[in-house]
Amino acid sequence: MHEHDVLVIGGGGAGLRAAIAAEEAGADVAIVSKLHPVRSHTGAAEGGINAVLREGDEVEMHAYDTMKGSDYLADAPAVETLTRESPKETIQLEHWGMPFSREEDGTVSQRPFGGLSFARTTYAGAETGHHLLHTLYQQVVKRGIEVYDEWYVSRLAVTDEDDPEDRRCVGVVGYDIRSGEIAGFRARQGVILATGGPGQVYAHTTNAVANTGDGYAMAYRAGVPLEDMEFVQFHPTTLPSTGVLISEGVRGEGGILYNADGERFLFEGGYANNAGELASRDVVSRAELTEINEGRGIEDDYVHLDMRHLGEERILDRLENIVHLAEDFEGVNPLEEPMPVKPGQHYQMGGIETNEFGQTALDGLYAIGECACASVHGANRLGGNALPELVVFGKMAGRHAAGEDLGEPKVPVGRTDDSEEGAVETPVAPGAVDEGEDLAADGAGDDAGDDAGGIVEAAVAAERERVELLMDREDGVNHADIRERVQETMAQNVNVFREEDGLKQALRDIRAAREDYQDVSVTDPSRTFNTDLIHTIETRNVIDLAEAITLGAMARTEFRGAHWRKQYQARDDENWLKHTLLSWNDGSPELWFKPVVLEGELQTYEPKERSY
Amino acid sequence: MSGEAEEAPVEADDVPDFQQHRLARKAERSGADALRDDVQAAAAESAEPEETVHLRVFRYDPEVEDKQEPRYDDFHVPARDGLSVLDALIWARDQYDSTLTFRHSCRQAVCGSDAFFINGRQRLGCQTQVSALEEPVRIEPLPHSDVTKDLVVDMEHFYDQMEAVEPYFDSSDDPPGELEERKQSPENREEVKLATRCIWCSACMSSCNIAAGDNKYLGPAAINMAYRFAMDERESDDVTERRFRTIEQEHGVWRCQTQFSCTNVCPKDIPLTEHIQELKREAVKQNLKFW
Repeated sequence: MHEHDVLVIGGGGAGLRAAIAAEEAGADVAIVSKLHPVRSHTGAAEGGINAVLREGDEVEMHAYDTMKGSDYLADAPAVETLTRESPKETIQLEHWGMPFSREEDGTVSQRPFGGLSFARTTYAGAETGHHLLHTLYQQVVKRGIEVYDEWYVSRLAVTDEDDPEDRRCVGVVGYDIRSGEIAGFRARQGVILATGGPGQVYAHTTNAVANTGDGYAMAYRAGVPLEDMEFVQFHPTTLPSTGVLISEGVRGEGGILYNADGERFLFEGGYANNAGELASRDVVSRAELTEINEGRGIEDDYVHLDMRHLGEERILDRLENIVHLAEDFEGVNPLEEPMPVKPGQHYQMGGIETNEFGQTALDGLYAIGECACASVHGANRLGGNALPELVVFGKMAGRHAAGEDLGEPKVPVGRTDDSEEGAVETPVAPGAVDEGEDLAADGAGDDAGDDAGGIVEAAVAAERERVELLMDREDGVNHADIRERVQETMAQNVNVFREEDGLKQALRDIRAAREDYQDVSVTDPSRTFNTDLIHTIETRNVIDLAEAITLGAMARTEFRGAHWRKQYQARDDENWLKHTLLSWNDGSPELWFKPVVLEGELQTYEPKERSY
Repeated sequence: MSGEAEEAPVEADDVPDFQQHRLARKAERSGADALRDDVQAAAAESAEPEETVHLRVFRYDPEVEDKQEPRYDDFHVPARDGLSVLDALIWARDQYDSTLTFRHSCRQAVCGSDAFFINGRQRLGCQTQVSALEEPVRIEPLPHSDVTKDLVVDMEHFYDQMEAVEPYFDSSDDPPGELEERKQSPENREEVKLATRCIWCSACMSSCNIAAGDNKYLGPAAINMAYRFAMDERESDDVTERRFRTIEQEHGVWRCQTQFSCTNVCPKDIPLTEHIQELKREAVKQNLKFW
């Protein structure tokens, strides 16, 4: 068994930052990641890092923009932590050598982004995430932090109390992709989940193939609540044929969206009379799809994003990467013609419920980055707010797990006196197919007493049993068939526009996928680099997350931020200024709510009408 | 390879059982569900063959009896506009043979996972359009690397070389303050910009004859990494001096014979050979300075 003070699961921006912070606080820390860290999807982030660095800008303004962008569903203490810490963290990245774009005076460059009242998006070309990821990995190498790369963590080792909030996480189970070895990892102080987003739940996504939401699913099945999962961000500018992201930086620098009639529809259609192309992402995505659905799309599929008027020099200076992406993945030269774009799944606002230090409802378990919900994005994330989230909360969680005293958190986790139970009617039962015998429904407690080493060993034994079952079964269903059906129903029914019948259909399709998954089998008999096995385990996670997203979407009978319901066309502050939470409850999901925290230290954020 | 003849090309009338089974399942479902075009194409394909592209893929698994002897398998994948080599491999794996193994993740040429030897040249699978290639498209693991399985190679040596050049920013000068950046001129940023685009795919290392013959040679990617820091004006002079000692060692820059093979295959268009040459010139200057 491997043993460390702090284990960080995932080697993207959040995980690397957490590991550095834990190491600096004196902990023996290791990173366990299914990809080598530099392969992480943080590297695909393009636009930039929102940080208050310049005269005329204020932390209060960044916090206000973020709360407004969230449609008043973010928790103010978390938002204020993000905006307060981001300037220090951004400059810290610069001090670690990150190659930001520069002004003539040698200072780092900033540009306008959607939903921002000040041009505070700090960038490195249109490849900010790549540079952030590599800069952090360089610091991990410098510190000699141990990295178990191409080790796939597939199960948490937790104690088996009935009430999940009494449980404790003492380690994880890892699968060495290269050798097929299954090994226990004991964490003396804390396990930090930094496993990234769940984009593979959708057919058309900007996310990597590795983004299967493993962290959310492992935590969920171990009893940790998932929060606000219905809030999925669809980025307005993705390439139609592949889902490859075209940065908001294009619009930040002055790029314009046109419909098939050559109209600048954001203004002419009245979608965003003030901000136009720089309205927030939910607004722009809905505008595009409305144009397409009403017959003003090009080939009934997309709209045009034009940046030719910016001129070659400015484009190559600030957006060169976009030229390569459009050429390589859509065959379009954006210096000479407009780029076809349409909305695509991009980011999960919801996630594992945490406070502003990354702590979950389970003792010893933390979550940070996209897989976490602190919550700073609420119902809609502003562009440029994800990268600061990674470094700010990565640092917080790393320090806290290493034993540093960060004071009292102000965002509650788990059920409190203020939480209320909820219910939602579904056409089919959600949750485990056959309670008690669902071998893949791992996580919720290993009856091995109180000894941490024994609990990890028991989890290892349970995981070996699951893998043996998957490997030994003959003539089962291929995971790729199941995954594809889930992706298709989500893309069709739980998309930008959501209707009651579609959501019900999605739940039926997900149920069918779940039932088929009971017969899933792995064809590849090899222990060496068995991606067939890895993808099969991931597919189970995709199913659980698709269900959680759809249940949240069914439950929330209002229109807020990225969550649009045909029958409920208004934001309902009277009934819905609250977070949706979903607990796995050993296979019978429970819905409950907790109030949003609008009182910050800087101010109280009274909900106002949101227009751009 | 001797195994090649034994592996009959996968034609529509000669589809393995497991594949027939899956295609039949897909055909069954396509009536009920609205599926993607490509899935419908698969169902159609089982009835009558349509336009396909022909892949010939290297196979090897040290553990599986009929794969211990390296061989090539043929796959016929439905053609469509914009089909990349990676798309075609994913199709072949998900529809025909789920044991087909290769690294991939981002699909957009930034994670650096899917560098393969495609028609005799190192390229990223996601960035390479099938339509631009001659068929059969021959896909092999990167040369000069140990093959782990199918198209997966052991990257440890590459990572070791990268780490050998102290691949992290360093300076003995304290930063100006918690909220103040070190200044860097736009010109200096421009000088290192291309070098910072490296995605660690190891295409360059695989293409380099010198690296193939000298296992200790740092190789183009690691030297480019050293260039990225040595040329960065924000590092202090003592650190720069240390970097030149590293790259000037016996298996450093002077080994490069300027064959440009690394530059030719780099998927991020980094002028690797130029960077190596620039370091040679700078090294001479540094040596004169410290004499």
